[in-house]
Parts: sequence; structure tokens; C-alpha cells
Amino acid sequence: MNTLERVQAALAGLEFQRGTSREGTLVLELAPDAAWDAIRRLKEAAGFDTNTFVTAVDRFPAEPRFELVWQFLSSAQADRVRVRARLEGTDPHVRTIIDLFPGAAYSERECFDMFGIRFDGHAGLKRLLMPQAYEHFPLRKDFPHQGIEPDRLYREWDRARRERPVNQGLPQGPYGS
Amino acid sequence: MGSLIEVEQQPDKQGFLWTRLDELVNWGRKNSLWPMPLGLSCCGIELMAMIGPKFDLARFGAEAARFSPRQADLMIVAGTLTWKMAEAARTIYDQMPDPKWVIAMGVCSSTGGMYDSYSVVQGIDMILPVDVYVPGCPPRPDAVIDAILKLQKKIERERPFAELFSGDNLDEGKGSERFVRAPNQGNPTTRSHEILAPGGSVPTEGV
Repeated sequence: MNTLERVQAALAGLEFQRGTSREGTLVLELAPDAAWDAIRRLKEAAGFDTNTFVTAVDRFPAEPRFELVWQFLSSAQADRVRVRARLEGTDPHVRTIIDLFPGAAYSERECFDMFGIRFDGHAGLKRLLMPQAYEHFPLRKDFPHQGIEPDRLYREWDRARRERPVNQGLPQGPYGS
Repeated sequence: MGSLIEVEQQPDKQGFLWTRLDELVNWGRKNSLWPMPLGLSCCGIELMAMIGPKFDLARFGAEAARFSPRQADLMIVAGTLTWKMAEAARTIYDQMPDPKWVIAMGVCSSTGGMYDSYSVVQGIDMILPVDVYVPGCPPRPDAVIDAILKLQKKIERERPFAELFSGDNLDEGKGSERFVRAPNQGNPTTRSHEILAPGGSVPTEGV
């Protein structure tokens, strides 16, 4: 039974489109609401037991804007399948898969950090690579190449500096503070 | 052993006693700089070479590298400072007791270097007051030793006692607690907005 037959047997009754990527991987495209169920079936019925990555593609001017990509590996059959779902540009969110693949937690955090896609049900969804006070999402296509300075970091430091208690009784010199 | 650079004579405005005391304090400070090495990338290796026996920073009294900011008075930022690390670097600087100085070692910490990117601080003077910049990628240990000698010369010009008793801020060259660059003034890193969105504003806040 080849990859396509296994996947079709596992996803019987679900609506999906399929294609093949440039390097020959089977690609399934689903509605974002159906993605979690399809991934569960792929894991339980088709033997795709490893989540290779979770990432996203920003098709900026187009709508729906984000293309979320999961890739799975079957360690028994040594084949791969890729699942895609298109998400809207305003408030992109999708159900997390960390209840199926706990290792996806970091990938989802990185995806949130870089694209601003929320994963519903992910308890520790916070930034992975950029500072927590950063307000932008660097891998979005409308983000400038050379970056945006983290204004909130500056503001927080500035406030901390101003609110720091000053020792009133001593002279404020090099020996006073 | 003192600095190899001769003491620059200052105009004697503050009176004999304070200037002699200043000179004594400065002599002590400049010849026992305790660096806090913040080795962030390849510059850190050159920093180790500088402290080691071949280049021997002990000749200039600055070999006692302290890995606690509480015991250090010279922060050497050696390498690429990312914005995520910037929070930690700023905290370390705030934890150092006064008086304190900062050396930006290498082009990455001086200007961002080749990393013209969203994740890298484009020069640590965005978040820290820098006293001496060292170019190079990475700089030779000799260059950093030269920077320390320049910093010693700079310390000689400070007037700690005169400042303490006169109330004037006389050591204008010393790194202060203030941001050298005010928060996001004339922000050069957002300049590609117009290129990306001709004829339309791109939402960057709150997206």
C-alpha cells in the first residue's frame, strides 16, 4: 500500500485536495477547521507518527493570506506527508496539535513569533526567538527588511530607570549612588 | 606599572587638593579595571586571547575578568548583540556599580556589522552608553588592548571629587545612565516601509 492509498483510507469522508510537491512529497490541502481531525487520523490510522515541522508561508497580497504547513513522517514506512491550510490575514488562528504531537510546541511557538499565528489550546504560546516585549512579526511580508526597533523595550527600560528608587540622603556623585 | 600614555595635564580650575585627589583616584581606577566580559560570538575568542598569557592584559591591570557584574566596572561587549540578548545586557549593565565603562568590541556591537537585520541591535549604543568602539571583525587582541589604553586615558580626564563637591557634571565624556540615543528617534531601521508599500500604508502596529 503506497502513501496515497494509506492517506486516502485514513481520511475517508474528509474533504481535501491533494497534490505533489516539487520533491515528490504528497501534499494535502484542507480547511483549517478540518486540519486537526485529519492530522489525528493520519497519526492513528496511517502511521504518520513524527511531526517534522510546523511552519507558515505568507502570501501577503493574496487572501487568505497565511498558509500553515505541517509535515509528518512515518517512521515505519519511511514516507512523508505534508498538510496545508489557508488562514485569513486578520486574526489568524488554528487549533494546536500539541495534544497529538507534544514536540510541536516549539515549532508552534516559533510560528507564532515569526508570523503572529495563534494556536488555540497551546498553553505556553509566547515568543521563542524575539524579546517578549516585541510587538511585530518579522517574517510577515509587510515587515521591513531591516526590522523595526522594539519600542516597547525602550519604554519599559525608560520607565524602570525613572521609577528606580533614588538614595535621597547621600550626595549624588560617583560615590553616592 | 602605569599607563604607557602620558598623563594629559588638565587646566587647574578645581584647586590643588581636589585635582591631586582626583588624580589619585583616577590612577587607582584606570590601573585596576575589572572587565565583565560579555562574549556573544567570535569576538569572545579574541577576548580570551587578549586576557591569556600571549597578549597578557595583566600588563595593564585589567586581567581580573569578573563574571559577576557586581564586581566589575568595565563591560566589554564582544560580539553580535541580538534584541533578545539586549534585555540581559542592559540588566547586566544596570547591575554594575558606578563608576562603570563600556567597550564595544567589534563591528557587530559597534554598528550591527553585517547583520542589518531585525533581530540584531544596530550598535549597542542604542541601549548602552559606550566609551570606546573597537573596529574589526573580530578585532585583534592588540586593538582591544589599545582600546583599554584609550579608556585609561579617558579615565584620567575624569574629575570624580570635583564633581562630587561642586555639584557640576564635569566629566562629560563619561558614559552616563541615560540612553545615548533617545527611544526610537529618527528611526533608521523602518526606512523600507515606503519601498514595500508604494501608495499605501502598511499596518505594522497591532497586527
